Amino acid sequence: MGLDINTKKLKKNAFRVSKKRGIGASRIRVPGGYLNAEVLGMVQEIAQTYGNGYVHLTTRQGFEIEGIRFEDMDEINEKLQPIIEMLDINQDEAGKGYPASGTRNISACIGNNVCPFANYNTAELAKRIEKEVFPHDLHFKIALTGCSNDCAKARMHDFGIIGQTMPQYDPSRCVNCQACVKGCKSLSVDALRVENYKIVRDTEKCIGCGVCVTKCPTRALTRSKKKYYKLTIMGRTGKRNPRLGEDFLVWADADNIIKIIKNTYAFVDKYISPDAPARKEHIGYIIDRVGFEEYKKWALEGVELMPETIMKNNIYWGGIHFDR
Amino acid sequence: MGYQLSKTKADGIFHQWAKKYDIFAPMLMEGEGCFSDTDIVRYGKVEKLDDIEWNKKSDYSFKEVLLAINETLFYFTEDQTTVPKGPEKDILIFLRSCDLHAVKRLDEIYLKNGFEDFYYARVRERAKFILMGCENTCQSGFCVSMGTNKSDNYDAYIKVTEDAVYMDVKCSELNEGVCAEAMTTEEIKVADVAPDYVTENIEKVTLPKNLSNASFTKEIWQEYGARCIKCGRCNFVCPTCTCFTMQDIFYKDNEKVGERRRVWASCQIDGYTEMAGGHGFRKSQGDRMRFKVMHKIYDYEKRFGYPMCVGCGRCDDVCPEYISYSNCVNRLAKEESES
Repeated sequence: MGLDINTKKLKKNAFRVSKKRGIGASRIRVPGGYLNAEVLGMVQEIAQTYGNGYVHLTTRQGFEIEGIRFEDMDEINEKLQPIIEMLDINQDEAGKGYPASGTRNISACIGNNVCPFANYNTAELAKRIEKEVFPHDLHFKIALTGCSNDCAKARMHDFGIIGQTMPQYDPSRCVNCQACVKGCKSLSVDALRVENYKIVRDTEKCIGCGVCVTKCPTRALTRSKKKYYKLTIMGRTGKRNPRLGEDFLVWADADNIIKIIKNTYAFVDKYISPDAPARKEHIGYIIDRVGFEEYKKWALEGVELMPETIMKNNIYWGGIHFDR
Repeated sequence: MGYQLSKTKADGIFHQWAKKYDIFAPMLMEGEGCFSDTDIVRYGKVEKLDDIEWNKKSDYSFKEVLLAINETLFYFTEDQTTVPKGPEKDILIFLRSCDLHAVKRLDEIYLKNGFEDFYYARVRERAKFILMGCENTCQSGFCVSMGTNKSDNYDAYIKVTEDAVYMDVKCSELNEGVCAEAMTTEEIKVADVAPDYVTENIEKVTLPKNLSNASFTKEIWQEYGARCIKCGRCNFVCPTCTCFTMQDIFYKDNEKVGERRRVWASCQIDGYTEMAGGHGFRKSQGDRMRFKVMHKIYDYEKRFGYPMCVGCGRCDDVCPEYISYSNCVNRLAKEESES
């Protein structure tokens, strides 16, 4: 009896069809790339029981267990259950594995749990966004990074979230050591200068990276109580026109960013090409086709930005064109 | 006079004091640490007992209360200068024993080192000190080694526990506040109260006894010099560093008027020894480290008869390059004993 398998269903269930007939791979999503080490043992067990003993650490910070037989998918789904629960992944039915795979794992740099440069807890926000957007079949890629260094390559995603802090300056604590000025010049964008022995910040130039705050030896410069984010949109890799995402919002808040991401699902649902293979089309191509003004109408539905948030009214993406 | 009283009562006394004094104490400044979502403990003006951070050692010392980070010495117009007013109220400072010993060092430098510094003196003479006890040693302090673990020259001592507040009030003026409060409602119990102090630290420091100008060439300075990033944090957190620099500011809208400020300076930061013509006495970071360490445990002592360092350990806590001053001093002592 030949294998009779619905590959579309299998893929939606977060399995992959491999080069080898009858053999696939099981994909495990880990929002923010942050997990209790206990999960590693569970992954090991599945890989050694059902796979070929090898696991790929995916580019999106998940696991892909190699060499599993399609016949074992139901059993593997049972085994995945504690992982799914431990990582708090939204699910329709327990024991049936992942309910979707279109919206990809939300990846993140290590964030302020560890990194001195990070401006927020990336894993926490990644998990929060995961809860809001997953499961969904549409192909969305979201990444979070703690600061403008963008170690997570957030700018290559449909949505990139880059942590910012609004430097708070108390001149009465400043001794004019200029550590911030030198730090900003050598590590960031040279947005600080000295006037009358005090620091002047070029607010147009400042990217909110927080380097000045980490350099200040007297706490004259501190972080804003509010957490700020830059939202970059429609970056992508791929065959036709890979490109970096452009800033859409600067000095934005998490709530509105989540709203915009969720609004974008409705936009894609409406405008995705009917010819898109497996309803998979980078959102950027859809915006290229229907126009940024139309996208904004959808994206900004119910969004009330904070007064300090800067929204770019027009965006022109560049990138490399292999399609012209 | 020792007292045992309820928290409510202590708050009442605090309230009485606040009428006469501006009260400064260690406060937890949420989110104001160097890194995201980290806090810092530094001095601020407190309104009530609960504003005070009792458990954690302050990252920055009380020093900034007596010696402002930025202080305008005078304003100038074309033909006149005006000295700004001193503090409007008397000052109460909550601090621990090591820091109270540091007050002695600040006084030595600003009041007894030749002539009296007008600006320091006018704040200092209005300041009183409330000792906070140390039930346990902190991680990095070595007050026992420096003999600064115990103090009896406080104006009052306060200990806050779950059930009660204990006070030992030596200063009659402060005692007036206690009495004013005792007149009302519940009783204040008279009790024997002695400050908590530590008798042993985790860090123990042995001072080298034979430092001299010959110590300038030790290899140890090169090593620390190569590690130091000249940020000056060690100086700014130190309760005994007293250096300042001058800034003349000409206002942008009218450059004929302005002000002269004095501002904290650091012997570790570029510019500290810079002279006209670009000459500098200690250009290498190793020389600066040597200068700092020897000043704390050798030069000052030669002049005033006791070491400057009070062993609070803040410089070790704050150094981003994990340079340990206490270990450096111990290494110097060890080198001596081995040679």
